[in-house]
Amino acid sequence: MSGERTAIVERGSRTSIVVRGDARDVRFVRAMAAATGLEPPVAPGTTAHHLLDAVLWLGPDEWLVVSETQPGHALASRMQQALQGLHAAVIDVSDARVVYAVTGAHARDVLAKGCALDLHPRAFSLGQCASSLLAEVPVLIHQRSAEPCFELYVARSVGEYVRAWLRAAVREHLHASGGSSP
Amino acid sequence: MLLIPCPWCGPRDETEFTCGGEAHIVTPRAPEDLDDEAWGEFLYLRTNPKGRCAERWVHTHGCRRWFNVLRDTVTERILTVYEVGARPPQAGDD
Ligand SMILES: [Zn+2]
Repeated sequence: MSGERTAIVERGSRTSIVVRGDARDVRFVRAMAAATGLEPPVAPGTTAHHLLDAVLWLGPDEWLVVSETQPGHALASRMQQALQGLHAAVIDVSDARVVYAVTGAHARDVLAKGCALDLHPRAFSLGQCASSLLAEVPVLIHQRSAEPCFELYVARSVGEYVRAWLRAAVREHLHASGGSSP
Repeated sequence: MLLIPCPWCGPRDETEFTCGGEAHIVTPRAPEDLDDEAWGEFLYLRTNPKGRCAERWVHTHGCRRWFNVLRDTVTERILTVYEVGARPPQAGDD
């Protein structure tokens, strides 16, 4: 554990495109790679990333393509074009969600107050993602860095609620001296 | 709280799932040909066993996939999970 200060960071909305298709179809994988620069990961709960773009596993035939550099409509239409004629679907959900980051030494303690996932490094490692419940609302959790930094994708409609919940959950750790306090 | 082993995501809390009732109920191909009794049987009558029960579950707040669960309704033990469309494992298979 690092002694990095624990914090909640609002990251606002982010380009997010849901794509459904068959990862066993090489044409689908090639088209995805051409449009996004990334191949959809097939192992449950894994991600592929390149710089500030990533593909997150949502299900055996469903992924979330996220980008911090490209506008949603541009990326979505590029994917739509690449996947034309294939049995696939592309949906721009960029405006549907907001992203929060929980970072620092006690990030796992904060999330453990409202999420049953085992986020211990031996069970949930760097680059992994999982859909679950946090404080009883649906959440997509993605470990962005080993610091650790967990990014949470939640529905915009419950964004304020999640923010308030996270603020309360982190309070006891704000003035703690990292991982070394007894 | 049940710990349900999703075939894709692994063991997760019951609160992430929704139960879809008894598995392997076949929708009649021509409902208009059924009399009220047969239609009512399809809609409402379930085996409701004390013991092994094959059920449909969906991982609502996870990967959103449907799958079948063989659960013991007495012990609450989950004996196995298997994919939609597969035949239920027979007694003694576990
Ligand atoms: Zn699942």
